Amino acid sequence: MKGSSQKLAPYLFIGPSIILLTLFSLLPILLALVISFTDMDLSGLVNYESIRFIGLENYTNVLLDPSFIKSLGNTLFFVIIGVPLVLIFSLSIAILINMGKSRAFKVFRVVFYLPSVTNVVAVAVVWSYLYNPTLGLFNYVLGQMNLGPVPWLTDPTVAKISLIVLAVWRGIGLNMIIFIAAIKGIPGSYYEAAQLDGANTWQQIRYITLPQLRYAIFFVSITTMIGWLQFFEEPFVMTKGKPLDGTLTASLFIYNNGFQFSKFGYAAAGSFILFFAIIAVTLIQFRLQNKAES
Amino acid sequence: MKTAVQQARANTRSGEKTFQWFVAILLTVGGLLMVLPFAWMILSSFKTEGEVTKIPPTIWPQHFTLDNFKLLFDSMAFGTYLTNTLIIVLASFFGLFLNAMAGYGFAKFQFKGKGFLFYLVLATMMIPGQVTMIPVYLILNQMGLTNSMLGIVLPGLVGAFAIFLFRQFMSDIPEELLEATRLDGAGEFRTFLQIVLPISTPILAVQAILTFIGGWNSFLWPLIIANDEKLYTLSVGLSLLKGQNESQFALQMAGSTFMVVPIMIIFIVFQKYIIENYTISGIK
Repeated sequence: MKGSSQKLAPYLFIGPSIILLTLFSLLPILLALVISFTDMDLSGLVNYESIRFIGLENYTNVLLDPSFIKSLGNTLFFVIIGVPLVLIFSLSIAILINMGKSRAFKVFRVVFYLPSVTNVVAVAVVWSYLYNPTLGLFNYVLGQMNLGPVPWLTDPTVAKISLIVLAVWRGIGLNMIIFIAAIKGIPGSYYEAAQLDGANTWQQIRYITLPQLRYAIFFVSITTMIGWLQFFEEPFVMTKGKPLDGTLTASLFIYNNGFQFSKFGYAAAGSFILFFAIIAVTLIQFRLQNKAES
Repeated sequence: MKTAVQQARANTRSGEKTFQWFVAILLTVGGLLMVLPFAWMILSSFKTEGEVTKIPPTIWPQHFTLDNFKLLFDSMAFGTYLTNTLIIVLASFFGLFLNAMAGYGFAKFQFKGKGFLFYLVLATMMIPGQVTMIPVYLILNQMGLTNSMLGIVLPGLVGAFAIFLFRQFMSDIPEELLEATRLDGAGEFRTFLQIVLPISTPILAVQAILTFIGGWNSFLWPLIIANDEKLYTLSVGLSLLKGQNESQFALQMAGSTFMVVPIMIIFIVFQKYIIENYTISGIK
């Protein structure tokens, strides 16, 4: 009897999780693939018989849709500017915090991590206020310095940059912690040897810290990039993709088509194109990393 | 000669000291920029609507008022949103328990299909939310769970990353300990509850904090599934507030403060566990 319960036990432990993951993660991806080849919309939700199989039509239409192309361009803009900024800031701050000899420096870990744990909607509401053209703090401070007001959220290009500033502010914390953990893993003897050889601080960073952090930098750049490719909540709450689709991201495009216009098939096709783009960019990153290694 | 060495040592020591100050000042300036939006938010939430729109802006509230917070609860149903959010947090703790069970199953048992199932779990980590959003909605619709609390909670209940962390941690629990408990006649589930979970307190603590933060902040899925205002969470309510009260900034700041400050307090109290989690999880 004990033998049979031993055999059954592991399945009882993993069962609930496996069922939920299958139902809400694995099955949906197959379903999304099927839906993307159909013209499913709100009427299809009520009556499955009205759903028609339309082959690749959604895919060709999405790829020709000017607002989808625009959203891809915007997403690329966010990735190209956002990823390096997050990387540079979180790495520099991690190195600086680690240089501190006093325990007081631990306070900075908390301070810089704080924006990452707070609610994105609340944060977006606060930044909308900071960015307000007439009442906002930013334009007031600029005014005091005799600099003209900046159209933070009303100019298509500036709005993109404003969202990047906010997202970088939020993105520093988590990555900084990853870097701090990685720096702590570097053997102290490397630095002692370098100091005996008379290496200054900058040389120690350049020739010990950075090379030793190779893997952490790679990890952070991959996860950050995937995050920016799926950039959604900040533009969704702050700008809704406005002005003139200037902050419309691929994710926002998918959400709008799926849940605003109920074009499920069309949105599913868009989501697969984004998925493939993410896979492609990630593979390219791995390639580059391998090349740099060898 | 001796004095020259001492002099040199003193020089490097004072150089080191200046450098430490330089680093500290640099970090302080950066840190102030990080907390500035929060400070501005909290201070504005205690101002009257008239004071918030005043130019030049005041920093400290001239007329300290709690009216904005009262308004949130009296005429904006923030009480309901708070209850819903707390229900989600509680449900996510149940999910945490399921994650721990799955982690234990993968860590300490040999069974058929183990490798395959574990890869299946890991694979779900790579699926972007945008792709599954629509089909999950359709599945819940088919189950009749749209516009219900169960529909909000169910899809996010378990997560591959948490299962993975639990498995990593529980793999290190000594086999002899589990064997001894089993010999004492304890069932598998009792072994899990009375031996495995207490040993796993460190990882459980980290996961509990992250689960709390995640549940408290949950936004997109409740927004999609809930049509009825009775089911809105705090963040959905707050985004609604932003849309409908475009020019009432003091009120908006009060709503944001109400969302952010509890998380700040919890985070500051427990940050040690979260930050050290990254060494536990072995990201190096």
